Amino acid sequence: MNETLIDATGIEVTYGNGIKVLHGVDVSICRGETVGIVGESGSGKTTLGRALLRLVDVSAGSIRFDGRDITRLPEGEMRPLRRRIQMIFQDPMASLNPRHTIRRILSEPLKLHGLAKTAAETEARVAKMLERVSLPAVCLDRNPHELSGGQRQRVGIARAALLEPDFVLADEIVSGLDVSTQAQVLKLLKGLSADLGLSMAFISHDLSVIRAVCDRVYVMRFGKIEEEGACAEVFANPRSAYTRLLLDAIPLPEITPGWLDSKAGVEDAA
Amino acid sequence: MTAPLLSIENLNAISTRENGAPILRDVSLTLERGEVLGLVGESGAGKSTIAKALLGILPRTVQVTGGAIRFEGRDLMTMPSRALRDLIGTHIALIPQDPQTALNPGRRIEAQLTDALRLRRGLSSKEARARALKLLQEVHIRDPERVLRAYPHELSGGMRQRVLIASAFALEPKLVVADEPTTALDVTVQKQILRLIRDMQRTHGTAVIFVTHDLGVVAQICDSVTLLYAGKVIEAGRTADVLTAPRHAYTKALLAAGPRYDRPDSGLEPVPPSVFEALRAEIGLG
Repeated sequence: MNETLIDATGIEVTYGNGIKVLHGVDVSICRGETVGIVGESGSGKTTLGRALLRLVDVSAGSIRFDGRDITRLPEGEMRPLRRRIQMIFQDPMASLNPRHTIRRILSEPLKLHGLAKTAAETEARVAKMLERVSLPAVCLDRNPHELSGGQRQRVGIARAALLEPDFVLADEIVSGLDVSTQAQVLKLLKGLSADLGLSMAFISHDLSVIRAVCDRVYVMRFGKIEEEGACAEVFANPRSAYTRLLLDAIPLPEITPGWLDSKAGVEDAA
Repeated sequence: MTAPLLSIENLNAISTRENGAPILRDVSLTLERGEVLGLVGESGAGKSTIAKALLGILPRTVQVTGGAIRFEGRDLMTMPSRALRDLIGTHIALIPQDPQTALNPGRRIEAQLTDALRLRRGLSSKEARARALKLLQEVHIRDPERVLRAYPHELSGGMRQRVLIASAFALEPKLVVADEPTTALDVTVQKQILRLIRDMQRTHGTAVIFVTHDLGVVAQICDSVTLLYAGKVIEAGRTADVLTAPRHAYTKALLAAGPRYDRPDSGLEPVPPSVFEALRAEIGLG
């Protein structure tokens, strides 16, 4: 687990209006490792994910993927790498073509990237993945809107995993789901990344969810890394006051006398 | 013995769209004055339907087929619509889920806060403005003069939610229905808003129905909790009892399914299919 797959250093991203949203961020992700990126709205976590995938341009810093500098790689040269870098989106309804059947949604990328030679092979791979993500075969002939939110998220996961990527970026993928569905999706993702030896960046605003699936965590604030470390360490002994603040703000499902009144350094009102 | 503030008795409702599919199944609950009750459940459990029924804003696709909602002993279901509107308008208020959409984007905060004070309380514009200022101070808005002049888009999500809380408590209602008021907020802001609702509730002696899917929120703010599944009450009781000694297997499984930052390997135990099967059999679903 110590071979570095993604190594980003000094990442800065400036949007068109001149506003800098990332101020020199360092992130590294090893093979087989799941890394959490957590922060409140506006912390820059989503922009960081997009920068790692080269979906937004960086204004400074460098990104290496599997030893190769991809910081300014032209799109033509990025394309062969795209299969190896996949993304699972927050809202599967918006990321799955509503007019296509699940069969088509899952088979097309396989054909596109030349991963399956024949129709029969495509069909077989899709069927196998469908079983792996515990979706019934009848789903294949349905459209996204005919599935539940949890099922759609499984389709998103299956589509990413079918391409046998090295790296998967998952951005807030369980935030709209019920607790029981969320646990199913997290369990599936954790199992799948172990089976396939995936590296994963798991972006979430929810520290509890990060704890469930990640080995290591980056806590972001104002476009910088506030704290980084193994989950076991950071969650038990946060070094940064901000991380402590975030943890203290999470209500645990057990009566915690005085919790609501503990200010934990929160500036009240604006 | 006086009647409880609110008692819902065997409330049943169906969807007129989906062939009369039941939405609420014999729901009963009681709420005392000044009590905070958590209404919990996953999506489709019926918690929002109950909230809407209390506020008289059920969509046309939902039809109540039986039962009573008694507010201080009077049944809302059989009340003439004019009297019902007056009762709800004066005594029951809503803190909505989404502070983005709940305020009129084209009107200043002052207009939105003072409407009810003028129309329902008969205050003059000047009196209403003074009262609105006081309310904004009470929800810890530092520059209430500026906020009164502001349009909603000029305020942050947390600020808008404070304005909506001020608005909910403006007429000194006896019951506030808080419909997932913190789901759209960052966790640090959520804590401030929860504290604010609790403080306002205590200061004014208001009863609150807190609709949420988060058992953590329930633990920290609710005196009692009612857990729903598919429109049926699965478990109800004092929060401490339900969380420490849940009686129903579904409650136990839900508690186990939630991720916790203080426990490694939590959040990875889905509710077992057998629990859902038993639950559906119990409710009488296929």
